[in-house]
Amino acid sequence: MTEAAVTRRRHRAWIRLRRDRSLLIMTIPAGVLLLVFGYTPMLGLIMAFQNYSIYNGILHSPWAGLSNFQQLFTDPGFWQAFGNTLELFSIQLVLTFPIPIALAILLDSVLSRRVRSIVQSVVTLPHFFSMVMVVTIFNEVLGGSGLLDTALRAHGVANPPQIMTNPGLFKFLVSGQLIWKESGWSMIVYLAALAAISPTLYEASAVDGANWWGRMRHITLPGLRPIMVLLLILNIGYALTFGFEQMLIQLSAVGPGAAQVLSTFSYENGIVQGNYSYGAAAGLFLGVTSVILLLGANKFAHALGQDGLYRK
Amino acid sequence: MATTLEPAASVAPTPAVRHRRRRNSKRPVWQEPPSVATQGAKSGTIIVILLLVAFPLYSVVLTSFSTQASINVAGGLVVWPHGLTLNAYRLIAQGGVVGRALVISVLITAVGTALSMAVTILASYGLSRTGSFGHKTILWFMMITMFFNGGIIPLFLVVSALGGFNQYWALILPSAVSVFNIIVMRAFFMNIASDMIESARIDGANEWTILRRIVLPTSKAVTAVVALFYAVSYWNSWFNILLFMPADSSKWPLQMVMYSYVTEGTAMPGTGASNVGQFVGNQQIAPLSLQMAVVTLTIVPVLLVYPFVQKHFTKGVLLGAIKG
Repeated sequence: MTEAAVTRRRHRAWIRLRRDRSLLIMTIPAGVLLLVFGYTPMLGLIMAFQNYSIYNGILHSPWAGLSNFQQLFTDPGFWQAFGNTLELFSIQLVLTFPIPIALAILLDSVLSRRVRSIVQSVVTLPHFFSMVMVVTIFNEVLGGSGLLDTALRAHGVANPPQIMTNPGLFKFLVSGQLIWKESGWSMIVYLAALAAISPTLYEASAVDGANWWGRMRHITLPGLRPIMVLLLILNIGYALTFGFEQMLIQLSAVGPGAAQVLSTFSYENGIVQGNYSYGAAAGLFLGVTSVILLLGANKFAHALGQDGLYRK
Repeated sequence: MATTLEPAASVAPTPAVRHRRRRNSKRPVWQEPPSVATQGAKSGTIIVILLLVAFPLYSVVLTSFSTQASINVAGGLVVWPHGLTLNAYRLIAQGGVVGRALVISVLITAVGTALSMAVTILASYGLSRTGSFGHKTILWFMMITMFFNGGIIPLFLVVSALGGFNQYWALILPSAVSVFNIIVMRAFFMNIASDMIESARIDGANEWTILRRIVLPTSKAVTAVVALFYAVSYWNSWFNILLFMPADSSKWPLQMVMYSYVTEGTAMPGTGASNVGQFVGNQQIAPLSLQMAVVTLTIVPVLLVYPFVQKHFTKGVLLGAIKG
């Protein structure tokens, strides 16, 4: 490139910069917030390779090499959290995934618009509740001296099952809470997909003699398949960071054997026990594996011709 | 599901299509009428679903209005209304932990939502003019934080180093920007007809004027939906309180008060031991009714804004300003 061309190029960039300076200024507040609370903590992850202490700070703490990670990968507590994460996530996925689909199909078959809108309002509502509130309500209904417990005792059951504190039942409890909270919200997407299926398809197949099940199998479910695949993939992308608050709230009641997941493991070790470097090492492991999962899931979505979290 | 997409308002069913399919709410001619048994099963399922959501809420709210005597009879949550009282709410209105927490939560939600909206609107518009200088780089800079973050511990240390421990700003600033919301809003701003913006520019309007006079008035629906996403997330946030304000109960917002005194069942200061109750006037107040009043108070604002959210979801967000 000649010198003149370079100058011309610089000149053009300068003109664009001047023209768009208000637009650039507008992005500064968000940029600064993300820089301070998004990027600075990323740099702080260096502490995973240190023996961080509050007094020395990140600049003067002694280096530890990979020893935090060696400790992590030989820690039975870490592997238990890892196993719990995978177990809770997959059982939850299998149990919660079909519910909004069924709900959407059921609601779509209701002819009265009034009934449809009432049901939709009611089932979507719990999405806007906090996890603390959902767990509290489950406690009052299913917990010791809760509604169910009282009713069972009144009908002569001496020892009703302790649903809220039983480690063996915890995976089902987690799924139940998620179903109660999120099914209605997830249903909205499926309702939109159902509304987009052309009624002429149903009409034509009915004329050809397809019954309810035939129409379901050959029109409704194929019509929902793209959105099902997309949501499934996105869910898997978030597998490892799943349910942090939900587990943390119930950790003390159920115990770490069933409720400790990777994200709570990192928090418990780092913040609660004050072992910052060790917790950050677990956090870094979680962050890196999550990125791999997310990018992989998005790649997969693109391979299937879908937009994932971002477009190709 | 924990992590589905927040469905953008634009995916709501199109009313026009709906209407054509369900004209006069009559069954389409090709559809065979369901048998009585099918219809019964369907109605039954719908009623069960409605009850599963509504009954616990009803029972919680009812208990918050119940006397100690009726709670004792029920042995927990009250199912049939008898012996109603406002004592729990009276106690809250007198101040104390819950009353203060309510005020704090309202303030954090109001200030936080205002701040988040200002930052989000500015960034979304700043990034929405295709071909503007550096917008792709800045967008990537922002989107990377959606995929990777430093995690809890470095964030805690950064906020502490900035002096945020036990400070209210620590509950607002770290989560003030949602890149997801910026992307949603930016996508909407990009759809605003560019000829309208061009003509304003020719008339001598600068970007700030265009944002204020053209973009915002045509984007009321998306603004409302994003504001509600932010408001709900501030109102419901709990973990950041546990992280940045774990011990100082006099500063806690409502969610942390609910967690500590209701979910965990620790004794609430100013109400005696958690299973004893306290007197308001000469009537004993039940701790359970007080606890359920806390839960009710966390739902009320959601119920207040909910019809508003719904309207925008079903109406769809697109309100084109230039037609044809």
